[in-house]
Amino acid sequence: MEQNSTVTVRQPLILGKKSYHQISEDISRPVEGKANRLFKIVFTISALLALWGVGCFAYTIGTGIGVWGLNKTVGWAWDITNFVWWVGIGHAGTLISAILLLFRQRWRMSINRSAEAMTIFAVICAALFPVMHMGRVWVAYWVLPLPNQFGSLWVNFNSPLLWDVFAISTYFTVSLVFWYTGLIPDFATIRDRQLKPRMRKIYNILSFGWSGSAKQWSRFEEVSLVLAGLSTPLVLSVHTIVSMDFATSVIPGWHTTIFPPYFVAGAIFSGFAMVLTLLIIMRKVLGLEDYITISHIENMNKVIILTGSIVGVAYLTELFVSWYSGVEYEQYAFLNRATGPYWWSYWSMMTCNVITPQLFWFKKIRKSLIATFIISIFVNIGMWFERFVIIVTSLHRDYLPSSWTMFHPTFIDIGIFIGTIGIFFTLFLIFARTFPVIALSELKTILKATSENPKQPHH
Amino acid sequence: MSTTKKYWKGIEELQETPEFLKLQQNEFAEELPVDKFLGDENLIDTSTNRRDFLKFLGFSVTAASLAACETPVRKAIPYLNKPEEITPGVANYYASTHWDGQDFSSVLVKTREGRPIKVDGNELCMITKGGSHARVQASVLSLYDSARIAGPMKGGAEITWEAADKEIIEKLIASNSSGKSIRVLTSSVISPSIKSAFGEFALAYPNTKVTTYDSISFKAMADANLASFGKAVIPTYSFEKADYIVGINCDFLANWLSPIEHARQYAQNRKLSAEKKNMSKHVQIESALSVTGSNADKRIALKPSQLGSAIVQLYNKVTGSSLQSKSLDNKDAAIGEIAKELKAQMGKALVVCGSNDVEVQKIVIALNQYLGAYNNTINIDVVDNTRQGNEADVMSLIEEMNSGSVGALIIHGCNPVYSLPSGEKFKAALSKVGYSISFSDRADETASACSIITPDHHYLEAWTDSNPRTGHYTLGQPTIQPIFKTRQALESLLKWAGNTIDAHDYIAKIWESTVYPSTSGLTAFSEFWRKSLHDGIVTIANTDQSAIQDALAPAIDLGSSAASISATAAKASGVELVIYSKTGLGDGSQANNPWLQELPDPVSKVTWDNYVMMNLDEMKEKGFNTILGQEQKSDTVEVSLGGHSVTLPVLGQPGLPKGVIAISLGYGRTAAGKTANGVGANAAGFIQFKDGYFNYNVSGVTVSESKGKYSIAATQTHHTMMGRQIVKETTLSEYKKDAKAGNEDILYATNLKNIGKDGKASAKELNLWDSFENKNHFWNMSIDLNSCIGCGACVISCNSENNVPVVGKDEVRRSREMHWMRIDRYYSSDMNEEKAEAEGIGAIDKFLKMEVPSSDEVEVVFQPVMCQHCNHAPCETVCPVLATTHSLEGINQMTYNRCIGTRYCANNCPYKVRRFNWFRYNENAEFDFNMYEDLGKMVLNPDVTVRSRGVMEKCSMCVQRIQEGKLKSKKNSERPKDGSIKTACQQACPTNAITFGDFNDESSEVRKAWDNERKYQLLEEVGTQPSVFYLTKVRNKNATEA
Repeated sequence: MEQNSTVTVRQPLILGKKSYHQISEDISRPVEGKANRLFKIVFTISALLALWGVGCFAYTIGTGIGVWGLNKTVGWAWDITNFVWWVGIGHAGTLISAILLLFRQRWRMSINRSAEAMTIFAVICAALFPVMHMGRVWVAYWVLPLPNQFGSLWVNFNSPLLWDVFAISTYFTVSLVFWYTGLIPDFATIRDRQLKPRMRKIYNILSFGWSGSAKQWSRFEEVSLVLAGLSTPLVLSVHTIVSMDFATSVIPGWHTTIFPPYFVAGAIFSGFAMVLTLLIIMRKVLGLEDYITISHIENMNKVIILTGSIVGVAYLTELFVSWYSGVEYEQYAFLNRATGPYWWSYWSMMTCNVITPQLFWFKKIRKSLIATFIISIFVNIGMWFERFVIIVTSLHRDYLPSSWTMFHPTFIDIGIFIGTIGIFFTLFLIFARTFPVIALSELKTILKATSENPKQPHH
Repeated sequence: MSTTKKYWKGIEELQETPEFLKLQQNEFAEELPVDKFLGDENLIDTSTNRRDFLKFLGFSVTAASLAACETPVRKAIPYLNKPEEITPGVANYYASTHWDGQDFSSVLVKTREGRPIKVDGNELCMITKGGSHARVQASVLSLYDSARIAGPMKGGAEITWEAADKEIIEKLIASNSSGKSIRVLTSSVISPSIKSAFGEFALAYPNTKVTTYDSISFKAMADANLASFGKAVIPTYSFEKADYIVGINCDFLANWLSPIEHARQYAQNRKLSAEKKNMSKHVQIESALSVTGSNADKRIALKPSQLGSAIVQLYNKVTGSSLQSKSLDNKDAAIGEIAKELKAQMGKALVVCGSNDVEVQKIVIALNQYLGAYNNTINIDVVDNTRQGNEADVMSLIEEMNSGSVGALIIHGCNPVYSLPSGEKFKAALSKVGYSISFSDRADETASACSIITPDHHYLEAWTDSNPRTGHYTLGQPTIQPIFKTRQALESLLKWAGNTIDAHDYIAKIWESTVYPSTSGLTAFSEFWRKSLHDGIVTIANTDQSAIQDALAPAIDLGSSAASISATAAKASGVELVIYSKTGLGDGSQANNPWLQELPDPVSKVTWDNYVMMNLDEMKEKGFNTILGQEQKSDTVEVSLGGHSVTLPVLGQPGLPKGVIAISLGYGRTAAGKTANGVGANAAGFIQFKDGYFNYNVSGVTVSESKGKYSIAATQTHHTMMGRQIVKETTLSEYKKDAKAGNEDILYATNLKNIGKDGKASAKELNLWDSFENKNHFWNMSIDLNSCIGCGACVISCNSENNVPVVGKDEVRRSREMHWMRIDRYYSSDMNEEKAEAEGIGAIDKFLKMEVPSSDEVEVVFQPVMCQHCNHAPCETVCPVLATTHSLEGINQMTYNRCIGTRYCANNCPYKVRRFNWFRYNENAEFDFNMYEDLGKMVLNPDVTVRSRGVMEKCSMCVQRIQEGKLKSKKNSERPKDGSIKTACQQACPTNAITFGDFNDESSEVRKAWDNERKYQLLEEVGTQPSVFYLTKVRNKNATEA
């Protein structure tokens, strides 16, 4: 009776009276069917943008970092802004797959696969920047603590940039393994449904010869749990370390102890916004409305209110602390953010990140697809500006006014950013056409518990 | 009729045997043994099969192409026979003399493997005492200027010296015999040998007359001295003896007469220590804010037309006379105040005036006489020979040329088509001269219009001598083989006069007969000559002292002078224009020098351009953009006067009165070379020739509305300190009360019980990091902000020493200049913390107003900033690959090879002194400056790495010099003596503002500076603990002015 009562209180997570077979049908359809015209158009655009970005990267490597808008005072701008933004976006996937798994949140099952895919692709985009922003990319491997023949050269374990190297590479590896582990049974399902021998072979390889034996399932569950346990600290650690790039410095506006929690909340905030942006389109295009339901979206909107409010409080705390510190440089740094030459970026950030998510207090807005989509875009923009504000407005006017200057992006700066968006969408579209975008096997486990199917009598 | 000879190849061909005729038809005379080869029965048994053949083929092709892929080898060829004095890797130093018609300096030239790479002041020289000027420092790069012509040129084509000499002598003889005059137009000649050569030339060609012309004239001063003392001379000054200095429209620290010397003297009497608690007071009365005005204790901004009246008023108020003078509106009281203070400093006062108005100069002389300046702060017996020009002669020369009576004109050391206000007229007149010869090193504006160019050596390639002032002689010797087929003007002149002696012998001869006899004569001439060459200078005590102090010159009618000044002032109408020269380019003769073009102007911090300086309020009224920024373009205006007009961007300049604009000379070259051509516009056309003098302050100028937009490239676009304790400053009276005035310890409340009193501690005591132990040496640097005048000599010296690349205007605009050291210039603001609090102004408003510099009574401070070599360096902790680390001697060192270019260190540097190589600046056609050319690269210091793109760089505290100094001492088994190692910036500084040394040496100067109460570290509160520290600036202000 207990289970029944929860079902009646909460909206079912799978709509439209599905059978196990129907679920397999629905989710395998995009993989097995042919791409429609819309897909081809969108894919072409994404691929072209990605190529454009690659071109801009190549031009940068060939000519020098000078093709960006940086200068003697502002040594990082769009590069690291984009890096932090992309890493932040990745966080939703990990949170959904790891923490929500540990908390036994069943609504995660229809979104975790694509959220994790998004994590992987976002981290790929993110990782491009710390590599690309190096003046000498060709020696980027020097940041790795490799035994070498350069003498007794070693890396600097005091440097937060080095911590980044470890944080990002660990994050990427664990996320990839976690994601792939979840995919194994689903690849097997697709394999079993495939009629073409070649595709069958490919999916067989991808599924590592999964047979679905009880032992395999038991191992699978164990590995998932272990990986979830491994990923959970990463949700907190990765962005904490990224924030330390700034927090451990001496620059007013960077030198702040609030950064780690503030960055983590911001990351989850932006990650969920990006998941929403993608899923609202995907559920429509791939016809997955029954699996990614309004209540899923509402749940995510609630996470956005929570993290958005944390971020808002963090902004205000920063302002308060800068005033309360009595440090003239801190005070000016924050005053300059709000009223200086980059006031527009600060107020864009404030509007997008603090005000707009508060609209989700209204149930109507929370449940409205269009409103959610628009707000999610706002949050994405706002979170980009947050990083821009932190990086550029802190650097451009720091201690000595003689060095104060402005940052103006060049076409290459813009091209690279747009290029990474292209890379991200290209990868995501490939994913949507070749991978099961919803965790099939996991979803099937909750079909009985939370769907519109008539309740089976309790055994 | 031409005959085609036929040569036969063999006897068969001659006899035309049938056999030969038959074989001739075949391609190969002998049958190829193909059949034999193919018919070889053993062929099938050879071990080389088809596959092997292909393998061989493949190998050969690969080997051949691999061989072609080999990286080009750059050969360093060792000396076959090592010259005795040259040891590769060890520098040689030669004394020489820099004189280009503008700046005199006895110099010491550093050469490496036979090429001069650095020019510094000669410490033995009594005039400069080792100091130097940005233009002198940069002159070594002008040696390697690819715009120099490679040999004598006629009509744009190179000819040989023999042909040139033949033609010139023919023309000169023809001209002389036709009765037409031969004229020599020269810049001031201070060389006894060239003077003598002119004499020999005139003997050979009796119709010769020499006209002297300075691009910036001092004629009025010479004439005023003539009227007052009967000597048309320029006196020399002793600023160090003056306790009260009034400078009127006179940039004596950076651009006037003998700036290196003046700067040194000036700073000497402004240095403070426990023993010397007094300093001179300096008042500057001027229109455009100059380097000198920026250093003044009090500055009064007046319109140029009011300056004459200000001097008359000052004279009246000091002497109690009542010469005719006009009121200066609200500035009369200030002049009265100065007069009162001046009178109290009889015998220790000095008034200097840069005006080229003879009446003004007469009053200044009378005032100085009254104040007892002569024989105290002014020496009329030791005269300055560097300004002998007479513009009236030049103007009459133009008329003479136009009349067609000039048969030949020789132009030496000047560029009148460019620098004369009537340059175009001169050019037109030049075409009416029978034959014109230029000694210019390039086909410049004048030379290209001459019949022939016979290029002179660069001074570093030549034997030179000079007599810059009474009793001072200098010598210069070649430091490199002539790079091009040039010939010293001295030799050319002598050759044309029929004397084929070489320059060295000639100079030695002149010296033997002139300089040598005035010495004690204890040594033989050869010994004297050897020593003079080695030292570069000879000083002969001046025994001829006249007592002019007592005799006030009654012959001068000051009343008429004052009346004339009033009349001139009354005539001024409309917008007034000040034509001045900038520290970087001066008169523009070295305009093709990229170091100088990229040197930020000390006051405006603008590079690569001249501009119209205008009052900020006036700009706002006119709707011009007042803000400098990367993407904020300035408005351009057309400034016109008479027939001359230029279009230049407008720059807001605090301290410039309304209704006045200022434009600098030296820009707008059209034929100086690729670096200078088309940069800025030439303002020489505005100079007015009136009553025999060039007038550099003109009125009635029209300034158009905005004509368009133009990007100005400045290295500093924010001008105020925003209420921060960056340059610490106090007044002399406060300093006397408490030497720590303005530098009070800042204590921070802590919860530590074992520290300070009440748990309050200074930033130094609060530490997160372990300290470095600098057991052996600990290199520190002290910069006395009271001595620094902001001139920028150190910046050029640093560029030269450390191979700092030139990046060009557009990159400077993008805030990407590469200078390792910069001189920050801050203007005072009318808003401050106290005022905001008193008036209840909110934070936002307060900071916005703080950004705006004071308009009229602006005060200026300079602060040289280079890497501070922090002992707790923020950059060192953040580098992921340990490319920047701390040395055992306290230096923050940069390992270029290890740098991967994350720029994290630059971001985390509170001083923003790190410079990133955004592009490859060497060998890159996009950066077509000296590092792109093979010739220009010869100036590079082989001891300093040329950085590649993608790496960070910054001040190394001249670590190569430290290393050299340490090795030298080690060879002598001793510790480096204090002062034996000098950084490049320190060595160049004319005011000795920079002290460098070993902190661990307790007797070192730098250690003493550390114990000075005025010592502070920049941004001490960040906890970086820099090894570079500053001494507070002290202004000598009255209690009422403070």
